[in-house]
Amino acid sequence: MIRRFVGTVDRATGASPLLRKAMRYLFPDHWSFLLGEVALYAFMVLVATGIYLTLFFEPSLTKTTYDGVYEPLRGAQMSQAYKSVVDISYDVKAGLLIRQTHHWAADVFVAAIVLHVLRVFFTGAFRRPRQLTWMIGVVMLFASLVEGYAGYSMVDDLLSGMGLAIGYSVALSTPVIGGNLGLGIWGGPYPGSHAFESRLYIAHVLLFPVLIGTLLAVHLALVAARHHTQFRTSPRATEKRLIGVPTFPGQAPRSLGLMLAVAAMLVLLGGLVQINPIWQWGPYDVALGTNGAQPDWYLGWLIGALRLMPGFDVTIGDYTLVPNPFWGGALFPLIVVAVMLLIPFAEGRLTGDRGPHNVLDRPRDAPGRTAFGLAFLTWVVLIFVAGSADRATVFFGADYETQMWIYRALVVFAPFVVFVIARRVCRELQLAERLAEDRRAAEDEAEQVSLPVSPVG
Amino acid sequence: MRRLALTAALLSVAAPAAAQPPAGVQRPSNEAALSQLQLGAALYAGNCSSCHGVDGRGIQNAGQSNGSQDVRGLGPAVRGTGAQAPDFYLRTGYMPLGQPGEQPERSRPLFRDNEIRAMVAYIASLGGGPAIPSPQPQRGNLHEGMRLFASHCSGCHQIAARGGVVTGARVPPLQAATPVQIAEAVRIGPYLMPKFSEREITPKELDSIVRYVGFVRHPPDRGGWGIGNVGPVPEGLVTWLLAAAVLLATCMAIGRRLER
Amino acid sequence: MKRWLALLLAVLNGLRRRRLRRSEAEEERRGRIVPPGSPERGWETAVIVLLFAAALCAVGFLVIYAVDSLGNRTQLFGLTLGGSLGLLAAALIIVGRQLVVTEENEEEFPEAEHPREQEAIAQVVDESTSRLTRKRLLLGAGGAAGGALSLAALAPALSLGPLLDTDPLYATPWRRGVRLIGEDGLPLRADAVEEDSFYTAFPAHAKRDDIAAPVVVVRLNPAKLRLPPERARWAPGGILAYSKACTHAGCAIALYRKPTFTPTEPRPALVCPCHYSTFDPATGGEVMSGPAGRPLPQLPLMVGADGVLRAGGNYSGPVGPSWSGVRSRRPGR
Repeated sequence: MIRRFVGTVDRATGASPLLRKAMRYLFPDHWSFLLGEVALYAFMVLVATGIYLTLFFEPSLTKTTYDGVYEPLRGAQMSQAYKSVVDISYDVKAGLLIRQTHHWAADVFVAAIVLHVLRVFFTGAFRRPRQLTWMIGVVMLFASLVEGYAGYSMVDDLLSGMGLAIGYSVALSTPVIGGNLGLGIWGGPYPGSHAFESRLYIAHVLLFPVLIGTLLAVHLALVAARHHTQFRTSPRATEKRLIGVPTFPGQAPRSLGLMLAVAAMLVLLGGLVQINPIWQWGPYDVALGTNGAQPDWYLGWLIGALRLMPGFDVTIGDYTLVPNPFWGGALFPLIVVAVMLLIPFAEGRLTGDRGPHNVLDRPRDAPGRTAFGLAFLTWVVLIFVAGSADRATVFFGADYETQMWIYRALVVFAPFVVFVIARRVCRELQLAERLAEDRRAAEDEAEQVSLPVSPVG
Repeated sequence: MRRLALTAALLSVAAPAAAQPPAGVQRPSNEAALSQLQLGAALYAGNCSSCHGVDGRGIQNAGQSNGSQDVRGLGPAVRGTGAQAPDFYLRTGYMPLGQPGEQPERSRPLFRDNEIRAMVAYIASLGGGPAIPSPQPQRGNLHEGMRLFASHCSGCHQIAARGGVVTGARVPPLQAATPVQIAEAVRIGPYLMPKFSEREITPKELDSIVRYVGFVRHPPDRGGWGIGNVGPVPEGLVTWLLAAAVLLATCMAIGRRLER
Repeated sequence: MKRWLALLLAVLNGLRRRRLRRSEAEEERRGRIVPPGSPERGWETAVIVLLFAAALCAVGFLVIYAVDSLGNRTQLFGLTLGGSLGLLAAALIIVGRQLVVTEENEEEFPEAEHPREQEAIAQVVDESTSRLTRKRLLLGAGGAAGGALSLAALAPALSLGPLLDTDPLYATPWRRGVRLIGEDGLPLRADAVEEDSFYTAFPAHAKRDDIAAPVVVVRLNPAKLRLPPERARWAPGGILAYSKACTHAGCAIALYRKPTFTPTEPRPALVCPCHYSTFDPATGGEVMSGPAGRPLPQLPLMVGADGVLRAGGNYSGPVGPSWSGVRSRRPGR
């Protein structure tokens, strides 16, 4: 049976040698190597659910009147885009399940990428010969942020409209060309021309998915071409020799299982935990606003940066050079991207170690890298958390402006403190290990020396 | 219950936010023997006059010492606020304040029901003013309520009335407010809130707003667990603390761990 | 008949045996690829149970989808479909961890570099261009063609929006004499504007859906105003109008902070809910706190003979978020 099938396939495609190689391709076994796969599977869920949603979504800002089942909106003026998404949530059978699964998948997708990036960074997997793989990954991460932003922005509910206003202000704040850039993207002053909705839509359902998908393919091809990195789990695992589980039969059921687990998690969330109930936010209007308007979590670091920045524009005489949103909304993410892109080269230059590496470090094995990573992460995470300070005020009663000043101080000083502490901890751990090893060696030696003369018992 | 679960999940490090109750209220010893107005007057003199003035005209500049306990108070006039304002401030526990000038917070009222009625009657008797409103939310229109709430209220109170921030103060969520209290607040504009006259928001429109606030208190969360109805912050927490944690655990169940 | 049948069975049996023998022999000749392992009947049972349960859940989803009378179904959909996926995931993970043979194989890492191939590629390119005599000029001409064509191909992108001038950013629908229309669609009368409240108004006969259209209207005690001297007549009776678009990030100024008792409470302020930029309506929209870098543009007001509020001109400055050069001009009058 199997033989007949394989024979047919081989005669038709001649793919057997390739297939055999693929089946016996080796995957080093460690749980943290699966984080990238989680992101991949979330992306697959996104594509599948997204295609379904396009069958019902109407990317149009033409005004219409709602006459559906959600009572507080009945009779309200709204765009067709917004109405079609309310209808997906209320009228399309299983529509809300798919929509919520899609949105949760977006949140989890970016979270999985972040975890994957952290694993790759702290184990040094970005080093030669995998710098390009790392850089493509970084580009994918940021493409995903734009993709997500376009997705929740094109729904035209109150939150998405406020988010777009902020995006517009960031585009406008680009020095010198900002005004033209904003007008170009929006097709006119905010809220822009009706064509802007089409632009958002095509960016969200075609341009960025294709970009991410292509980069993903290249990313995976590069991973396969260089093979996976590995931890030094046994003396057999070296820079030259890879120890791992073959695709088939070992890895395939585990990966498929993980894929289904990711899908299960997302569908369960999509069915049981409400996300972005746009019917509750109501339609957008430039004259409306709501307190507690926040972006999805993966853009929280930008709202944090926009809020933390003290209020000033850079002006030369009467000429405004740099409007305020540029610092938090554009420069800050650009710095983060630039640092991430440069990491493989910067490390080579700082440590002088530019050679290829297939065996991973544990975080403690590279105290400088680990300390820098944690400090940088602290910086970004503090700014991220500052973005939700207003909710902390509502829940805990902490004064908003006091919180802002505390965060400003922390953002400046905490990374240095974290750097020093982390490097110290890594070095202590290394030292402790070395001591333990020495002691073991000494004990072994002592045992061997004392054995011959030791009396019975 | 859902709110409770959310609070427990999100805010395990929450400091108790409730303001300390003031040192206790002054009650006349012969409460039962007094008429309603007498009781109100006695309670007013004992608990309110140090800030609002013995004559109810308020105290505009600090330094004077007035009333009992020698509190150096500062406070607005209550004469002419009718029954509406004292009813709101006393039943929400906003008054009495612990410190003059601090933000009033919702808390358990310090006075008994008959005492509140007596004080309200006494303050109303000081000089005209609006009566306690009687909103009829069942007559309101949900859509009109949502539209008006979005244009007048959501900027501070958040579109699902979950509360928010204005520079310098906290904006209360409206989960615990009764229809009468919502109507009163719209008319009197407590603390930093603007106030809206019947000309700006008609009684019928007010009914709609009250109906909407009642509706979003338990909105039909079609999507499942509403996680507080405050938008993306709790969604992010669920992403990380629930989804990412479960998926990490799944990865650990599938893959190998490094031996120590 | 019976004999025929017996013969057939015998032949079939023989064939089967021969096939068996042949595959065994083959295995012996080649050696095993995947090492053998012992059966795990317990785990096998678990997987079978999980697979059937997954099938059951999926059928449940179909049933719920088909039956209309089950009310709010999103949760049931999620539970059944997610449950089915989860059970299947569990089954596969058990197969991967407990049922398939666990191998730990070795393989050489591929070379990080291939100097010989590099050399060969360079050589091919080199030798292929041996017939060309003016390489530099050819490269230059090719570059010119490619560059010019790219520019030509990109030029239509300029049609996306008014890319080459920022005039539209200064445009507003307000002119001297334009009436203020309240949210209810009726003209906003000066005597209807009360102290301690706030109003949103739009220009009459203009698009409401324009960042420069909505204004927020408040009334302050005229004695407490600290407007710049040239705006002395912009606030009849203490009524002030400001653009509703925050100068920081363009969100609607939807918060009006209005003290009940001025001696102890913060001053009146207009606040944006996105990043809490706070503007002072008494001083002409100056920034009190928050990230905004520019005051809120003020709209001069006047009261018409009919008692309705009208714009006394255009805004004091450009509306909405800032861009490079925003302060160089005022909106046209």
